[in-house]
Amino acid sequence: MARAFGGRRLAFVASAGVLALGLAACGGSSDSGSSDSASSDSSSSESSSESSSEAPAEPVKVTLITKDSTNPFFVAMQEGAKEAAAANGVEITIGSGKEEGDDQGQIDLIEQAIARGDAGILITPMSVNVNAAIEKARAAGLYVIALDTPTDPPDVVDITFATDNCLAGEAIGQWSAGWLNGEKATIAELVIFDDRVVSVDYCRANGFLTGLGVEVPDLADMTSPAKSGSYTTGAGGDYEIVCLEATGANEEGGRAGMEKCLAANGDINVVYTINEPTAFGAAEALKAAGKTIGEDVIIVSVDGGLAGVEAVKAGDIQATSQQYPLRMASLGVEAIASIANGGAAPQNTSANGEFFDTGVTLCTDMPMDTVTSAPQESAQYCIDNAWG
Amino acid sequence: MSETARTTAAEEFANSATPMQKVQHALHRYPWLSPLIVLVVLIVIFAILGFGFDVGSLENFAKPATISLMLQQTVIIGTLAVAQTIVILTAGIDLSIGAIMVFGQMVMANLAVSATASNVTFMAGQNPYLAVIIGVAVATLAGGVNGFLIVRFNLPPFIVTLGTLSIFTALTLIIFKARTIQGKEFEGAQDVMGIMGKDFQIGPFGFTIGLVVMLIVYVVMAYVLRGTAWGTHVYAVGDDPTAAELSGINVKRVLFSVYLTAGFIIGIAGWITIGRLGSASPNVAPEINLETITAVVIGGTSLFGGRGRLVGTLIGTFIIIILDFGLSLAGLDQAYRVLAIGVLVISAVAVDQWIRKVKI
Amino acid sequence: MTVVTSAQPIVQGKDLNKSFGRVIGLNNCQFELFPGEVLAVVGDNGAGKSTLIKCISGAHEVDSGKIFVNNQEVSFKSTHDARSHGVETVYQTLAVAPALDISENLYLGREVRKKGILGKVFRSLDKKHMREVSTKSLSDLGVLTVQSITQTVETLSGGQRQAVAVARAGTFGSQVVILDEPTAALGVNESARVLQLIKDLRDRGMSIILISHNMPQVFDVADRIHIQRLGRRAAVVTPQSHTMNDVVAIMTGAMTVPEEEQQLAPVR
Repeated sequence: MARAFGGRRLAFVASAGVLALGLAACGGSSDSGSSDSASSDSSSSESSSESSSEAPAEPVKVTLITKDSTNPFFVAMQEGAKEAAAANGVEITIGSGKEEGDDQGQIDLIEQAIARGDAGILITPMSVNVNAAIEKARAAGLYVIALDTPTDPPDVVDITFATDNCLAGEAIGQWSAGWLNGEKATIAELVIFDDRVVSVDYCRANGFLTGLGVEVPDLADMTSPAKSGSYTTGAGGDYEIVCLEATGANEEGGRAGMEKCLAANGDINVVYTINEPTAFGAAEALKAAGKTIGEDVIIVSVDGGLAGVEAVKAGDIQATSQQYPLRMASLGVEAIASIANGGAAPQNTSANGEFFDTGVTLCTDMPMDTVTSAPQESAQYCIDNAWG
Repeated sequence: MSETARTTAAEEFANSATPMQKVQHALHRYPWLSPLIVLVVLIVIFAILGFGFDVGSLENFAKPATISLMLQQTVIIGTLAVAQTIVILTAGIDLSIGAIMVFGQMVMANLAVSATASNVTFMAGQNPYLAVIIGVAVATLAGGVNGFLIVRFNLPPFIVTLGTLSIFTALTLIIFKARTIQGKEFEGAQDVMGIMGKDFQIGPFGFTIGLVVMLIVYVVMAYVLRGTAWGTHVYAVGDDPTAAELSGINVKRVLFSVYLTAGFIIGIAGWITIGRLGSASPNVAPEINLETITAVVIGGTSLFGGRGRLVGTLIGTFIIIILDFGLSLAGLDQAYRVLAIGVLVISAVAVDQWIRKVKI
Repeated sequence: MTVVTSAQPIVQGKDLNKSFGRVIGLNNCQFELFPGEVLAVVGDNGAGKSTLIKCISGAHEVDSGKIFVNNQEVSFKSTHDARSHGVETVYQTLAVAPALDISENLYLGREVRKKGILGKVFRSLDKKHMREVSTKSLSDLGVLTVQSITQTVETLSGGQRQAVAVARAGTFGSQVVILDEPTAALGVNESARVLQLIKDLRDRGMSIILISHNMPQVFDVADRIHIQRLGRRAAVVTPQSHTMNDVVAIMTGAMTVPEEEQQLAPVR
């Protein structure tokens, strides 16, 4: 599933208790997967705190290895892990590659974890190059959880905690169909890369089209859907994809990309953005072009960072799928603590059964009954649960 | 006297040089000539394809609205590329441009943001003018840090700015928690903070204050480089630092002042960026360093220092934007645009190498 | 360009010492240059020839000893100091910036600003003035074979570049010009032109120190020859009093010249 981009993190970091609350609230909705995870989460949390108070001399040691330490998504993940570690009496070591692509940095950290006698490792694996080191760790008895990004093949790790980007994309696609209510969809797609194929990119974008009811012949190829045709979700209607612009998933890319799309076709009424910073840039371009966001055109996005969901409340973004990097890490820490103290290992909960789904929520103040892939919540609810 | 001499030179030239040598000489004398040709050719091709043929949405290329958008898109790269140009003229390179811009911008934004907004730092709620001044000053200082390290410890600019790239990126994350500041969070200060994005019409064309400021930066710096002793010294230091030193130029002082000036321009670019994006984000344009270097190199400035003109950099910026925009309208996959830029960069460096061998 | 008529040296070094770690560059070295003469400085590699010149041009500071310019004791901390006392140096590496034009090179490090507000506030350069003076001084020296004063120096031939460098040294009211191997990289014709240039400068009252390995050239232009050996002055002779073979013999220590046979007084 790879990394999410942009956003910001709270100076105040949600405690494990708040998280459990959030999970419980998720469980109240139609998503049964989240409901399962909520119950297993709270029980493991309890058991681990009990056992750590029984044996304070030997705290459970866990290592978190992210791809880098500058991307706010990973920063949020590190914060989540620290909080959960403090709450569960776990001794946490946090490290990362120096940058995207620094396989050796991750391998060194894995080997250090083995040497230290850690109970487990949480890792956002950089590439297949770290597989051997992960297998070595597992052979040494460490429980390894991949966070956010699955390994290739997925069974190199014990389990993957991730959020389903395809599902997140589908939810905003379904929502867009509801908003269109049979009108023609003139679509701008603002994605991350033009020169790399990354699952987060195609899963969200093609997920969005799938949710809208556009046929996607090849999930991994963002150019595979027909440029025009008809969509089927909701009332159904015609669609036209005006542009597929790479933005680097940041504000300037979003603005420049939107400007190019608008120059090509001024009638765009649906803007898909890879994440909220891109959406902010797109919103600036649309405003400068005299469009009224929410009336002439809608912007949909994925991530659910605090700034993003605040923008939903303010009306600059109409709908965004919120994900939970902080929860991924804290659940991971809790799971390892639980296993180390004799608890049960977590089970896969995602729709396709390939990973432990940490959940998606569609944040909008205009709920649509076309949305079936994720629970819908108000912007305010999402603000209260945002990762920053 | 010199007028007659010039005529003689031209005549002599006309008699002896082959056409290829003439081209070489012209490019040598006017290094911005080749990018200008590329720019004109690009515009002509896109315009013809737009009017005569049905290629994607290129019929919109020559419309005033599109031209306005392309101009406005140049502001961030264009302004930063001025800073990159003066550094490259000294045979240096600045990899920390993007990081310093983001840092300065976040200083401004975090000072000017309303103290009542959520999760702001202790410094919030300042007068927006003061915020901008401090932000620019911090960027200037950051440039000064680069200069100091390069001059004082005799370290290569590549290494120093590679280091400060990391340092300022990290400082931004540590101090400002990677928090994006939205335009509305400035409340009363929004007009000042966002002024660079304010647009106005001249006929059918739309301009922004930021674009005007960028052009002013170009004019002022072009004058400084070509019209003052400091400018001559910048060229001399990049051309041959030993010769400059022996001519009585304080090479270290010139180098330091160049990085300081670059920092100041980067600070201005930070303010322009807030205006263009309507917000201040720590994640804006992470590849901007390479883009500024690309603009400078395509603009005919030599990476070996001492050779190049600011007008070339401006043309280089236009080439990057127009090529990207035009190919986008043509419906071409963005990978081809990346490819085209790559070809241009290598061609530009090859042309530079060729014209350096000029002999009369 | 003051012509001093007395027999006072214009540049004098007394008991100069300079060492680099354990390597001794100058060992109680004496030096005198008289107004309006060409003094050649010759010596084997390592004889302290270039150390001596660097001390006089301000590139090195002496460890001990005194340097006088016009009978006034000076202490050169940089080439800039030396230049402000009228001592200009043309380096073997020429010290010209190839990508700058001739006029810019001539004025490099001492640019002239426009008068009035343009110059004071906007620090605007008076390019017109600088080009005029550059053109004049090049033609005064009879070297205006370059096509244009706005031509970049890299487009010039080696001799032309040397001429620019020499013209720069001679243009700004300097009294002493130090030329370091000015013909080393030049062909026969260009060398001859540069030697003529040296004579012209002397005839205009300039005092010149010429460092060279080329004995025929030294004997062609020098009034006196300062022979450096083992960090000190072995002898000062004239092209008339000694032959080239004698000079080489003195350089290598195969011959010594008693002080009364030397030419320690000015010949001009």
